[in-house]
Amino acid sequence: MDLQIALLLGQDGIVNGAIYALLALALVLVFAVTRIIFIPQGEFVAFGALTLASFQVGRVPGTLWLLVGLGVLVAVVEIGIATRNGTLRRLVSALTWNVAYPAVAAIIILLGEPGTWPLVVQVAAALALVVPLGPMVYRLVYQPLQSASVLVLLIVSVAVHLALVGLGLLFFGAEGSRTTPFSDARLDVGGVVVTGQALWVVGASAVLIVVLYVFFERSLWGKALRATAINRTGARLMGISTTQAGKLSFALAAAIGAASGILIAPITTVYYDTGFMIGLKGFVGAIVGGLASYPVAAGGAVLVGLLESYSSFWASAFKEVIVFTVIIPVLVWRSLTTRHVEEEE
Amino acid sequence: MEQPVILDVEDLCVGYGRVEALHRVSLNVRAGEIVTVIGPNGAGKTTLLSAIMGLLPRSSGNVRFLHSAAREIEVERMVAMGMTLVPEKRELFGEMSVEDNLLLGAFMRRRLGHRDERATMDEVFGTFPRLKERRDQLAGTLSGGERQMLAIGRALMAKPKLLMLDEPSLGLAPLIVREIFRVIGRLRQTGVATLLVEQNAKAALQLADRGYVLETGEIALAGSSGELRDNPRVVESYLGLGGKHQQ
Repeated sequence: MDLQIALLLGQDGIVNGAIYALLALALVLVFAVTRIIFIPQGEFVAFGALTLASFQVGRVPGTLWLLVGLGVLVAVVEIGIATRNGTLRRLVSALTWNVAYPAVAAIIILLGEPGTWPLVVQVAAALALVVPLGPMVYRLVYQPLQSASVLVLLIVSVAVHLALVGLGLLFFGAEGSRTTPFSDARLDVGGVVVTGQALWVVGASAVLIVVLYVFFERSLWGKALRATAINRTGARLMGISTTQAGKLSFALAAAIGAASGILIAPITTVYYDTGFMIGLKGFVGAIVGGLASYPVAAGGAVLVGLLESYSSFWASAFKEVIVFTVIIPVLVWRSLTTRHVEEEE
Repeated sequence: MEQPVILDVEDLCVGYGRVEALHRVSLNVRAGEIVTVIGPNGAGKTTLLSAIMGLLPRSSGNVRFLHSAAREIEVERMVAMGMTLVPEKRELFGEMSVEDNLLLGAFMRRRLGHRDERATMDEVFGTFPRLKERRDQLAGTLSGGERQMLAIGRALMAKPKLLMLDEPSLGLAPLIVREIFRVIGRLRQTGVATLLVEQNAKAALQLADRGYVLETGEIALAGSSGELRDNPRVVESYLGLGGKHQQ
């Protein structure tokens, strides 16, 4: 391997690592706030990418129907609860978000011509369709299980993952898609070509990480999410609803997932089930951080990216094996160095 | 003049599985009053506060707070209406700064549109100057007394109408207990009602206007603090010579 190849692989590793880092942060966030290991994270990556791709070929993305369908289901559940308890206040906001919002989205997309929209608008529309799916999934699947054990939540997550992969196949078909790059620029850095899209991925990931940091450090809701992660009872006594915190963390995770998908769609062909592998690699990064530390998780995810890229050069057939085997020494090291904390119930 | 009743608990029963922890407990608190619930360990005092707050489901009975009786009590609703609980375990946010802990105390007020948390924080710092010195420190690194001050300060950030304190003296040095009780006493002048659960019956009955004695999940006695202090049963079990239940 000469220097040029090493640099090229390094670039690849960092680009992928940036995406894994974003997903690792989302996984840590969701787990800290809700104790859910969010396996369907990867599906949001695929949905984000494929929704954008559908817009670009002038098709109506299936995620629109998913949004409408889940919205109706949530509305049915909420109406049922409201009639039983006689509380109307919350129903109004639930109907706004789960019926009115998807309806407006459907009208805009069916009547407009998404294929002719500028890229920025297409990206915004894709996010607008995919992000609300996060809180809807939380409302339908996880909210009734709020006090379930981590294991039950994990099993349910596997089920949600399989269901969403199946829906992905139904909506987008078995063929992969690529989207047009955000930029066609190519830079020559010391003999290595850096594409504009690679810079976009790394730059946008860095900006998103900074935005998340500021959100958690400065904003009231960011602090409320951290408080819920640290002490659920304490947070409830402040009036921070566990449900609200759960929905917000799912919205953030869905947003991070969809944004990651949109960022990588121009450099990788994304299939309906591509997200799972990407999500799993983010998961390895999150495990390095013990599902608790944001910076360590992000660092671990970048390492996963680099490791994957270099192992694809030396032993490409074993690429995935090598990446996922890393988890074993990491777990051994963590279990030896971290003091064991009894899970409180 | 008698103040209006703000908390009215009627025939409250709470069970853990088949074990009944509270049996037909009735009590009330008027605006600006300090009411104490004393009783031995395991009598159900913490259960009582948790059930009033909505942290625990009740099996039967009514909890009316400010004349609104919800069929199902939700913690968030109670907080929004002006009830706060300082739990026995404090439940602080250990990995966050003292200042952030206090800010989160005003979370519900912020959501309801109030923007006065800085002024309230200055009041809390006035009450507990120690917290001001430690404002940037992580809550988890505070001493026991400072934690209790932070827990109470955080509850005051919500500007409650009813403050419920669960064993505020537990595990604290006598000097700090005195300071905390002095702060609770001063709150009365600001119109805050306090429901104080204590094992330290002597201190509690000195401070409170009225009291209830809770034994094995039932109200055994009720009366003004003076009456309870003179009641031979209370003297024997809770005040005694040297007070075997005191710390």
